[in-house]
Amino acid sequence: MIESVTAAGDWVLVLPLALCLLGAALALILRRDRALVLVMSLLVIAAVIACEVVLLLRVYEAGPLSMTMGKWLPPFGISFTADLFGAGFSLTAAVVTLLVLVYYEGDRGSGLDVNFHAMVLLLLAGVTGSFLTGDLFNLYVWFEVMLIASFGLLVLGGRPLQLDAAVKYGFLNFLATSFFLLALGLLYGSLGTLNMADIMRVAPQANMAAMGGIAAILLLAFGMKAAVFPLNGWLPASYHAPPPAISALFAGLLTKVGVFALLKSMVVLLPASRDLLEPVLVALAMATLLIAPLGAIAETNLRRAIGFLLIGGVGAVLVGIALPSLDGVSGAGLYIFHAMLSMTALYLVAGLIERATGATDTRAMGGLYAASAPLSILFFVLILAVAGVPPLLGFWPKLLLLQASLGQGGWSGGLLAGALVVNAVLTLIAGSRLWAHIFWRAAPDGAAPAVVGSVAVWTGYGATALLVLLIVAAGLWPNALFEILAKGAPDLLDPSRYVTAVGLAGGVP
Amino acid sequence: MNTIIFRTMAPIIVCIMLVYAVYICLRGHNEPGGGFIGGLIAASSIAILGMANGAEATRRALRVDPLSIAGIGVQIAALSGLASLFTGSPFMTSIWLYLELGETIVPLSTPMAFDIGVFLVVFGTISAIALGLEEGEAG
Repeated sequence: MIESVTAAGDWVLVLPLALCLLGAALALILRRDRALVLVMSLLVIAAVIACEVVLLLRVYEAGPLSMTMGKWLPPFGISFTADLFGAGFSLTAAVVTLLVLVYYEGDRGSGLDVNFHAMVLLLLAGVTGSFLTGDLFNLYVWFEVMLIASFGLLVLGGRPLQLDAAVKYGFLNFLATSFFLLALGLLYGSLGTLNMADIMRVAPQANMAAMGGIAAILLLAFGMKAAVFPLNGWLPASYHAPPPAISALFAGLLTKVGVFALLKSMVVLLPASRDLLEPVLVALAMATLLIAPLGAIAETNLRRAIGFLLIGGVGAVLVGIALPSLDGVSGAGLYIFHAMLSMTALYLVAGLIERATGATDTRAMGGLYAASAPLSILFFVLILAVAGVPPLLGFWPKLLLLQASLGQGGWSGGLLAGALVVNAVLTLIAGSRLWAHIFWRAAPDGAAPAVVGSVAVWTGYGATALLVLLIVAAGLWPNALFEILAKGAPDLLDPSRYVTAVGLAGGVP
Repeated sequence: MNTIIFRTMAPIIVCIMLVYAVYICLRGHNEPGGGFIGGLIAASSIAILGMANGAEATRRALRVDPLSIAGIGVQIAALSGLASLFTGSPFMTSIWLYLELGETIVPLSTPMAFDIGVFLVVFGTISAIALGLEEGEAG
């Protein structure tokens, strides 16, 4: 048993999770009273954001923070451990969720959504748990929580298109978590522990071949979750089906958790096996970077096309995992932050466009510029941000990743740098093509589409504009982000502070 | 399923099952049992009642919506973990209270509250599913 007294301040680590779960349960009980549930959900997420701001500041000042549940000693008790990356991403996730909830108020059509808020809070609990946990099996549990909540959100409303999407999404994601569980079993069998800090300590002494095999299975599982190129089939097949607010939430949160888990398991937990898998990672990163934007160019359904842009972004994070220098890891982290904001915003704008034109296919859209100039500006800024045009937010992580790939010097660095640049150009082509089709060219039947002005529309525009403003501001003043990266990235490459925080430092057993 | 024998026996079976479910839930700390299996037994009793009397009558008999019961269960489980905030311990640390009632000592604890929460979650969700399926059969 742990004998020391836990300060009440340490509870900011688990309060976000407990609040989300309590809020989800409360939303389920009160689901007949829609207004009350909405106010309660907004308050809960605001409280979660407050806790996570305190957590972020604390981790920034004093290094990783850990709490092991129930006073059990760390490798046996389940640890929650926040490093700067985890704390930052969970804060971003909560902010994104808050904005999506506000947006949804302007977007919801029929009243088939009694369980929407409960499931969004459950989803946020799963995402926050995945970012803050310090135990691999616990990570699996949060993945399942996330899967259940997202499955529920995907079928909300029950249109045939959504059921079709849910089958593909559900089956492939269950397959991914099954592989994850398989890898966990093998890892526990060979190391006898699933606590992340403990794995960092004992993995270097373990059988190299066994660890390599486990890392490969983890790469497969998290690669499916993150929609890395050959495993990405479920994403474009499902993200266009639910209401736009729900697609936006998925785009901002789900694949980012997968790619963060990949970053953590490859770079932090099993670095020796990552070196073994490096050629595979380089190939996957290049394939994802180059092929995804081509999909976006070929696609005519707006939200499916954005789905391919999202997948291209996952490729950029993979570059950081393939080149785990300080620059590479910082770039990967910053890119995840950027993608959480930009991809959510893009789907929100897509929702506004779909509502203004009444179509989901870009071939049926056109001439929207005359009807709504602000919408065209929002979309254009986001396309530039995603492609990485300075001075927007997307530029900084790509700069770091380019630095990492050119600084590495080998053949793989050169190839990855080339792929990054080609990806930026292709993304720009795909995005500007979408922009031209939706906004610039004349409407198909000559009539300009009507935009309905009401309070409901303004909440949608307001939430989207706020998110875009956040992206522009973060791009113009990135200093705070770089300070966080300068403190957070070294902890991923040298996990000694992390291991000490969990309480496992002091020699190898 | 609507024979007179079944309809007469169902309430008695349901009563016995519900008492047994509570017994299984409470013995679960040190012996086989616990909130999950207890909740399953209780939910199957609700399913039997639904088969005998129809889903609508069973919902009226439950008084509270099954999904709300599940929500209350999550609340109880989460709050039992939060209680250790006030003892200067990490989340989910158990707190014990030994009540002396005459000859016997009754141990009460936060793990027990957690188990009751799990019981209600399982009971609520499985009952909601079972009643939903039974309504589908009728309609």
